[in-house]
Amino acid sequence: MTVEAVFRREYGRCVATLIRFLGDIDAAEEAVQDAFTVAVARWPSEGQPPNPGAWIVTTARNRAIDRLRRESVRDERHAQAHHLYGADAAADRPPPEETVPDDRLRLIFTCCHPALNQPAQVALTLRLLGGLETPQIARAFLVPEATMAQRIVRAKRKISGARIPYRVPAEADLPARLKPVLAVIYLIFNEGYATTAGSLMRLDLCTEAIRLARVLAELMPDEPEAQGLLALLLLLHARSPARVTAAGSLARLADQDRRLWDRDLITEGQAIVRACVRRGHPGRYQIQAAINAVHSVAASIDRTDWRAILALYDQLYALTPTAVVALNRAVALAEVRGPAVGLAAVDELRSPALDRYYLFHAARADLLRRLGRDEEAAAAYEAARSLTANPVERAFLQAQQAAVLAPGPG
Amino acid sequence: MAQYLLALYYDDRKFSAQEFRRLCVDVPALDAKMQDAGVFVFHGGTLGPESATVVRPSGSDFVITDGPYAETKEHLGGFWIIDVPDLDVALEWAKLATVACRRPVEIVPFEMRTIDQLLAASAAGSV
Repeated sequence: MTVEAVFRREYGRCVATLIRFLGDIDAAEEAVQDAFTVAVARWPSEGQPPNPGAWIVTTARNRAIDRLRRESVRDERHAQAHHLYGADAAADRPPPEETVPDDRLRLIFTCCHPALNQPAQVALTLRLLGGLETPQIARAFLVPEATMAQRIVRAKRKISGARIPYRVPAEADLPARLKPVLAVIYLIFNEGYATTAGSLMRLDLCTEAIRLARVLAELMPDEPEAQGLLALLLLLHARSPARVTAAGSLARLADQDRRLWDRDLITEGQAIVRACVRRGHPGRYQIQAAINAVHSVAASIDRTDWRAILALYDQLYALTPTAVVALNRAVALAEVRGPAVGLAAVDELRSPALDRYYLFHAARADLLRRLGRDEEAAAAYEAARSLTANPVERAFLQAQQAAVLAPGPG
Repeated sequence: MAQYLLALYYDDRKFSAQEFRRLCVDVPALDAKMQDAGVFVFHGGTLGPESATVVRPSGSDFVITDGPYAETKEHLGGFWIIDVPDLDVALEWAKLATVACRRPVEIVPFEMRTIDQLLAASAAGSV
C-alpha cells in the first residue's frame, strides 16, 4: 500500500486522537500532515512501520510539540487553541499513542453537530473522517474549490468560536444526535448513487459513504440504525454494476441484469438485516434495508415478493409519514393490487411539493402507461423529464415517452 | 467558562393576555433556575424598536435618528447572558428559554480572549 493510501485509511483515526490531545482541529490536521511528510521521506527506505496508525500519532504529536516550541508568538498559539472539551478531559488520559475507540466517535458527532449546517457537516465529515482533500470534495459535489475551502474554514471557526464540545453525546442525547450523522452518511452515498448532473453515479462517494457507515457500525454495535444504514448502503451499492448499461443508459430495477449484482455485498447486507429483525428495534434505515433485502432475494423482478415490500412500506410510513414514503408505498401497492389501485393511491398524494418531485410524475407515467392511457402517460413523462437535470435520467424518460407516443398495433 | 448571549426575537405577533400571564410566570422561573445552577449573568427584556434611537458620528458632530438601526420584520425582544462551558450546555438553556418565551432564541458566543490575546492574534493575522 502506498504511503498516501495508508494515510487516507488512517487519517480519521489519527486526526481524532490528535484533536483530543491538542484541543484544536487545525493543529491536529497540520500535525498529521507533518507526519505524512516524514513518512514519505522515511518509509520507502526504512519500510512501513507494523502499526502505521500508532506511528503517525506519535510522530504527529512530536511534530506538534516541536511546532509549539518553535512558534515565536507562543502565547498566541495557546490563546488560539480553543480547547475542545472532552467530558473526561482531565480524568484518565490514555497516552496519545493509543487511539481510544471513542476518539473517532467524538469526531463524527462533532462534524455532524446540529449547530453546523448540513453542507458544512458533509464537508467536514469527508475531510476529517474521510481524509479526502478539499479539491476532491469540491469535485465530488460539483462546487468550486474555493467555495468548499471556505465552507470548511467557516465550519472549523464555528466549532472553535461557539465552543462545540469534543465529546460523544450523553446516552439520553444520542438518538437526536445520531440523526444528522446517519443523514450525512446517507446523503454522501445518495450524491454518489444518483447525482444531479453528469454521469449517473459517482462511485467514489458511494465507497466513501460505505466506509464511513462501516466505521460507525463498528463503533456503535448496539445502535440498530447504524447497522441498518450500513446494510442499506451495501444492498444499494450491490446493484451498481447493473444500474448503468454499457451504452451508458439507466437500467431500472425491473430491467437490471441481476447476475451483475455483487453477491458478497448482498450476503453481508442480508445478514445485517436479519440481525436487525431479530433485535426488534426497527427504524427507518433498517426498514429501508429490509425492503432492499427483499429485492435482492428475487431472481428477477417478476419473482419479487411485493406483499412483503408493501408491508415494510406500511411499517416505514407509520414511522416516517412523508409524501415520498407514501409514494413508494403506492408503487408497491400497484404491484400487489394492480396499476389502477396504485394510480388512485398516487393521485391521492398530489401536493405542491410532490408536484415538483420528478419521481412522482415518473411513477404516474409508468402506471398510466400500464393502463393504456398513452397520452396522459406521455404528459406525465414530460413533466418528470422537466424536473430532473440528470442527463441519464432525462434520456430514459424521453425514451419512455417516445415509446408511449409511437403508433402502436391498432 | 464562556459567556453566551441568548437573544430573543419577536415579530409583529402580539402575545394574547393569557400568553402574557404565562410568560410572567415562566420567565422568572427560568431566571431562578439559571441562578440556582450558577449560570445566570444577566437577563432583561427590551422595549420595542419604536423606542430605540441610533447615534452615529458625523464630522465633528453626531447624527441622532429615531427608530432601530435596521428596519426588519423581526426585532430584539430581550436577552439573557449565561456563563457555561460549551455550546451544548448553552443549547440546553436556550431550549428552556425558547419554550418559556414562545419565540425563537439566537445563541451568540462572546469573545472570551483577553485584550492582550486579541492583540497578539491580530498581530499574527488571525483575529
